Formats: sequence, structure tokens, C-alpha cells
Amino acid sequence: MEWNFDPFSNNSFNHYGNNPINASHSAGGIIQRTQSPKVWGGTTLGVVYQDGVMLAADTLGSWGQLARYRKEERLYPVGNFTAIAYAGDMSDFQYTKHMLDSLMIKEYYINDDHVLSTPHVYEYLSRVMYHRRTKMDPLWNTFIVGGYNNGERFLGYVDLLGTTYQSSAISTGLGAYYAQPILRKAVEGREGLLTEAEAIELLNSCMRVLFYRDCKVINSIQRAKVTAAGVEITEPYSVSSEWGFGEGVRGFGSQKQ
Amino acid sequence: MVSRVNVPKGGFNFDNYQRNLILQQNGYSMPKATKTGTTITGMKFKNGVILGADTRATGEALVQDKNCPKIHRMAPNIFCCGAGTAADADKVTDMVASQLELHRLATGRESRVTTVLATLSQYLFRYQGHVAAALVLGGVDVDGPQLFSVAPHGSTDKLPYLSQGSGSLSAIAVFEERWRENMERDEAIELVKDSIKAGIFNDMGSGFNIDLVVIEKGRADFYRNIETPCPTIEKIGNYKFQPGTTAVLSESFRNFVTITEGDAMDIS
Repeated sequence: MEWNFDPFSNNSFNHYGNNPINASHSAGGIIQRTQSPKVWGGTTLGVVYQDGVMLAADTLGSWGQLARYRKEERLYPVGNFTAIAYAGDMSDFQYTKHMLDSLMIKEYYINDDHVLSTPHVYEYLSRVMYHRRTKMDPLWNTFIVGGYNNGERFLGYVDLLGTTYQSSAISTGLGAYYAQPILRKAVEGREGLLTEAEAIELLNSCMRVLFYRDCKVINSIQRAKVTAAGVEITEPYSVSSEWGFGEGVRGFGSQKQ
Repeated sequence: MVSRVNVPKGGFNFDNYQRNLILQQNGYSMPKATKTGTTITGMKFKNGVILGADTRATGEALVQDKNCPKIHRMAPNIFCCGAGTAADADKVTDMVASQLELHRLATGRESRVTTVLATLSQYLFRYQGHVAAALVLGGVDVDGPQLFSVAPHGSTDKLPYLSQGSGSLSAIAVFEERWRENMERDEAIELVKDSIKAGIFNDMGSGFNIDLVVIEKGRADFYRNIETPCPTIEKIGNYKFQPGTTAVLSESFRNFVTITEGDAMDIS
């Protein structure tokens, strides 16, 4: 049925195999890397406050259901005024770190006193993410990019599909369900009015809720703050948690003892 | 030959299950049940239990009912919020409520929350999750304030604060942050309202108004639409036409029936 020839359909018998899905290495076709992510970073949070931007993430690299890498740093500085937090595949993040470092170094060597600011880094990263998605070879990550440049605060989200958006409070993964309502309530309408202490308390509170309710979050978190003074990433620390709520409970129904 | 009398099998009749599967494979799409797409919560406070719910009923991506009541009265001292398929939640709670009333008439005693719990969980387990009702059940009886949740497959949970429905994650986050033991009534009401609001504003399956019931020993206060965080705007135009707006140009009468005197109807 030559007149029904549809080069991009998988259903009809296509003599020439134009659909990239049917291409193979030997045919000089597409190359695919991460398609089934193995080591996984969980939820991340970001919030805009008075002096700049604050990001938080736990320090777990999960391997399926196993809590495999418990001191995995998921926050990374890019230059002096930008920080990124990652969720998703760890190996793709390591590649991204290298890629952004190379970018900053190359820009530095142009030697024109211009440093890439956060919106530039964000734009670069989003273009790369979308480009990789178009090639059906994504960097399987969700990034939160935060920065402070000349009085301007920046907080953006970019994911493996190349979807981007900016907001005063961002959360990824299950944080979008548990933490986002709390972040929105605290931040919306008071953008940039949050003090540093309030922002720290807010992020700790959200990470605590996530530790309670998300199976793939451990009680070891890091915070990054980006202000006029630069990027500061804390050492991993724990938040307090309450486990006595069920002390008097017996059984799951009418049992009393 | 003696014909066998077919004794009806107990439990759910799965006979059509295979047929439905084949129909689906052949392209026939199953009718979609109206889901409540809900945020329902419950918490224990100093003197009792508070249950809260939103009022949006959805059918896939459409809102079917903007003000549907999700808090059901099981007994004067026991209330139940229902999430999941609207019909399942409504009918199951109605059914158990009527059984409870008969039981109260037979025993002459106040109903107990654990009675409702046992009835609901045993019924839902028998139907293996096909009756898709997720319930938050609370009340105050002789054993004090009690709060339970029942999942569609029949499992039960006994906790000081609970949430169910699509907005349950947003709501439970609010409780995890702010719930404390022995909260005062007003503070507890605010907390439950905030938990439902978290669902209303952050979950697309929940919305509109907040219903609340506060159950204490010997009294239950049901607040229908205690808060309307998404108020509808007053219509600017008034579409009521005054009588006489349309002029009557002519009238004509035609009798289609002949009226005659008759005998009075015998209603003895």
C-alpha cells in the first residue's frame, strides 16, 4: 500500500523505517543514554525570601527502594551567585554539574569581566534540557535554579521535558503535594518579605512533613542560601520529629488494651 | 429429573466481570463513575472530634456538583465523611446509618463508633474494593471521642488526625505541621478549616465550600458551608422580567373540555 505511506507511523509496514524509533546504531540512528534512571534524588524545595533565595533538599540517593547513598549532596553552586538543587537521576546530575562548570570556566576565559548571572544559567540549562528531550535522550532530572544578582532574586524550575516556570516557591516530586501548600501559604502575597529565620523555619518544617510522609526522604537535609554575599551551602543536619502521637493507641478498631 | 433450586451466592456477583473485560477490549468504554475528588479530614481535639470536608464533586475533569454534602450523619453522635465514588460513599453511609437506627431501636442505647467501623469495613472488604468509598469516621460515645478511617478495600486506621481523598496529601501536611494533643475547640476548628483549604487551593479535585461538624459528648454541631473561600460573584444583570413587560395584543379562549356536574368520588 505505497499510497498509504506514513513515514512516522509505527503501525504501517514501512520499508524505509523513517521513524527515529526504528533507527539503530548501525544505521547511524539515534543514541540514547539514560532511559531507566537508577540512582534517584528525591524531592527538593526552593523559596524566595528577603535577602535572596533559599533551597533545601535531603541527602539521599535512592536505588529503587534501597536508601543507598545517604550523604549525597544535592545542592550545587554555579559560579558565585547561583545554586541548583536536583531531583532525578544522579549520573545525569553529575554530568550537568560538569557541563555547567565547563560553561562558567569557558565564559571566564573570554576575559571580558562578564559573569553569567542566574537567568543566563537558567536559560542555558533549559535549552539543553529541551534539546535533549527533542533527541529522545533526556537528562532525567528536575532542577530548581536559584540566584541573587544585583538585587534581583531568581527562582526557576526546569525538568527533563524542558518545562520551565518561575515562582516564589517551588517544590519537586512529592514535595509538590505535601510542601507546596505550606510554602504557598507562607510566601504568596508576601514575596521577599520572609526573613532568613522564617525561611529556615519554613523549609525545615516542610522537610519534616516530607520526612514523615515521603518514603524516599531521610532525616538528613541541606540548605543553600544565595544572597549578595554569595552562595552558602550548609552541612547536612537533621530536623526534630515527633513520634509519640500514637502512644495511647491500641489496635486499629475496637481493641482497647 | 429433580431441578436444583439455585441458592443465591453470598457476596458480590463477579459474573459480569469477564464480560465487561471483553467488552472493554473490543472498544466499549466503561461508564465513568462520578468521583468526589475530595479533601476530607478529621482530628481529635480536647473534648471530641472534628470532621471537615470540601464540597466539589467531579466527573473526570468536570465539576458535577459545586456544593455536594460529603459529611453524612450516621447517628446523632457519629458522623462520617466520604471520598471516592460519590454513589458508593453516599449509599454505603446511608445503608449503615439505617441499620444503626434499627439497632438503636432494638437495644435502646446510643450507637457506638466501633459498630459503624466494623459494619463499614466488613462490607467494603466483602466487595474487595469495588465499592470505592474511602471514609473518615468520627464520633463520641461511651468510650469517649473516637476517630477512624476506612479504605476502599476495608482496612481501618486509628489515628489522632486523618485525611482521605485526592487532596489528602495537602491536608495531612497541615496537620503534620500544627496538630497538637488536646487543642481547644476554636483552635481545632481553625486547623481543620485550614487543612480543607490546603486541599481546596492546591488540589484540583477539591474546591468551593467547607463543611464542618464538631462532635462532643452529648452534642454535635453541623456547620454546612462554615466558610466559602471561593465566593461566587454577584451577577450584575438581573434577568427577571416584570409582569407586563411583554404587551398582550390579543386573547382567545377555546374550551377543549365540557364541564358537567357529577357525583362526589367515593373515598370511604
